[in-house]
Amino acid sequence: MIKRDIRVINELGIHARPAGMLADTASKFDCELKLIKGKMEVNCKSIMGIMTLAAGVGSTLTVQASGKDEAAAVSEIEALFARKFEED
Amino acid sequence: MFIKKGIAASLGIVIGKAHIIKEDNILIEQKEIAPEKVKAEIKRFRDALEKTKLDLDGIRSKVLTVLGKQHAKLIDSHHLILSDPLIVKEVPKLIHEKRFNAEFALSEILDRAEQEFEKIDDEFFHERKHDVFDVGKKIISNLVNSEKVSLKDIKEPVVIIAHNLYPSDTLHIRESNKVLGFCMDLGSKSSHTAIFAQSMGIPAVVGLSDISRQIQSGDCVIVDGERGMVIVSPTAEIISKYKLRQAELHKQEIFFHRLKGLPAVTRDGHKINLMVNLDSSSDKEELAALKSEGVGLFRTEFLYMNRNAVPTEAEQLKAYSEVALALGSLPLIIRTADIGGDRATQLGIKGLKDERNPFMGFRGIRLFIKYPELLKTQLRAIYKTKSVGPIKVMIPMVSSLDEVATVRRMAQSVKAELSEEGFEVKKDLEFGVMVEIPAAAIILDSLLGEIDFVSIGTNDLVQYTLAVDRINQYVSELYEPFHPAVLRLINLVVQTAHKKGKPVSVCGEMASDPYAIPLLVGLGVDILSVPMKMYLRTKYSVRTMNFERFSALAQQALGLPTSEQIRRMVEEEVK
Repeated sequence: MIKRDIRVINELGIHARPAGMLADTASKFDCELKLIKGKMEVNCKSIMGIMTLAAGVGSTLTVQASGKDEAAAVSEIEALFARKFEED
Repeated sequence: MFIKKGIAASLGIVIGKAHIIKEDNILIEQKEIAPEKVKAEIKRFRDALEKTKLDLDGIRSKVLTVLGKQHAKLIDSHHLILSDPLIVKEVPKLIHEKRFNAEFALSEILDRAEQEFEKIDDEFFHERKHDVFDVGKKIISNLVNSEKVSLKDIKEPVVIIAHNLYPSDTLHIRESNKVLGFCMDLGSKSSHTAIFAQSMGIPAVVGLSDISRQIQSGDCVIVDGERGMVIVSPTAEIISKYKLRQAELHKQEIFFHRLKGLPAVTRDGHKINLMVNLDSSSDKEELAALKSEGVGLFRTEFLYMNRNAVPTEAEQLKAYSEVALALGSLPLIIRTADIGGDRATQLGIKGLKDERNPFMGFRGIRLFIKYPELLKTQLRAIYKTKSVGPIKVMIPMVSSLDEVATVRRMAQSVKAELSEEGFEVKKDLEFGVMVEIPAAAIILDSLLGEIDFVSIGTNDLVQYTLAVDRINQYVSELYEPFHPAVLRLINLVVQTAHKKGKPVSVCGEMASDPYAIPLLVGLGVDILSVPMKMYLRTKYSVRTMNFERFSALAQQALGLPTSEQIRRMVEEEVK
């Protein structure tokens, strides 16, 4: 299992579109992927779940992956955050 | 005729025929599916998903041509909601395990999602729930095969009245090109529909609670997006009054851009100091272009938002200096942060419990006095701010002399500390209080010895004086800035402060309300501080009023027993 903290750096936070990109990316992998914010834990393959995290800019999320392709999944997800979800 | 008050979501006035958008009142019944029919039921659900997907594809290509790429991306996220495991996996699971019918299983899942969204405090994220329900409604209507009454078939110009409009509805509205304005039962200033109306330049009033049930299609309505009111079946007299107002608004627009750089002075030569409210340091270019008379309220809460640590002295210093620099020799009034206990918890301050009534709770200077490090850091940054013009400090949520004295003592020790560190404090800071709590207005004479200026935060003053939570739909109608109690308190503040020669500003929404401006100026308010987008409008209001006339009227208003009479009196003067 891999656990990694990621900071939200895109200005609008994880609203519908970034949440969609996250779910889309996560769905490509077989491993179980979770996003955790405080006490909330959601399936990273569920856009609705991700949207309810209400993760604004500056907040920190934990991504947790377990399964065969966990390493690749986490690094792709990290890359999405780093690219600010291609917001600009 | 009757009048409904709501939230002004998009400026402008329109008069037209109402067109009611009926909610798709599909009654969802719970039925038990026979075990041998479960498979068929799941297939029926999957078919509805397929059909919804095709519908979305159709909408997407239309959106792309009508609204552009950014909006098309919204439809992409609708596609993702359609393939969300909560819908694709959990719904069939419910059908299978509980033998629910597809409609009921889906509505169960959507209800759960709605409950999660209801927990979100952040308005922007909270409003995203409509994307989810937009998709949910589409699936359900495909399940029951009912066609939605389409907005794009509107044949003549109308005012749309709805319980709630979804993002896809707004698309049809733009396509139809026949919508004069909107009224909605639900919604706030930042709901999708409000933002859409603003971008289209269509007047809109939202948060009207039950207007969709009180109006019939074809009724004549006036949407007053200036004052957040809807007038249903207006009399001929009211209509002609509003037509005049419309023409006036149009003329004003033209005047506004000519007012840049001109003084805010009444017709009879009474000068008002017109300043700007600032919510962040990012608007400094716009600020410089506005040619204002300075910043009357720099809210510093933005520095504390969306993060999990307190902003450092260096960060604050940078933000304050940027704004001060953009202002040149003009004054900058910085308000110490008015953050609440929930925010403090998110910033890593421990030991705070959830408050039952945060408006009456731990916020503003109350919180900063309990956590003096926060106040100290902010004061240090303010003292160090590089500026040409004067910098002043304003204290929010003051209710006692002790609070003011504590801040002043703290400022003295910060100053001493800075000079020990070798930092030379060139100018002494001026201090002022926000009058938001009625107590501060009533004991103002006792506070004046400790302060240099007074600023009335009318939004909170109205809320606390009338004991009305303006975002509580059950009482928001009682939120009334023209209430005689509010006017009398403002008068008390002005009279008390002027006796000691101290200036009074107003920095709440009243300061840019075209009907309140002449009253405030008439009562003797020296400074109005307004949002940038209201700046030239407000200047227009000041420049078109007569000070002597309104000094007399304001005195009369103080003797009137109801807000209605006060409003009527002003409205007769300001046309």
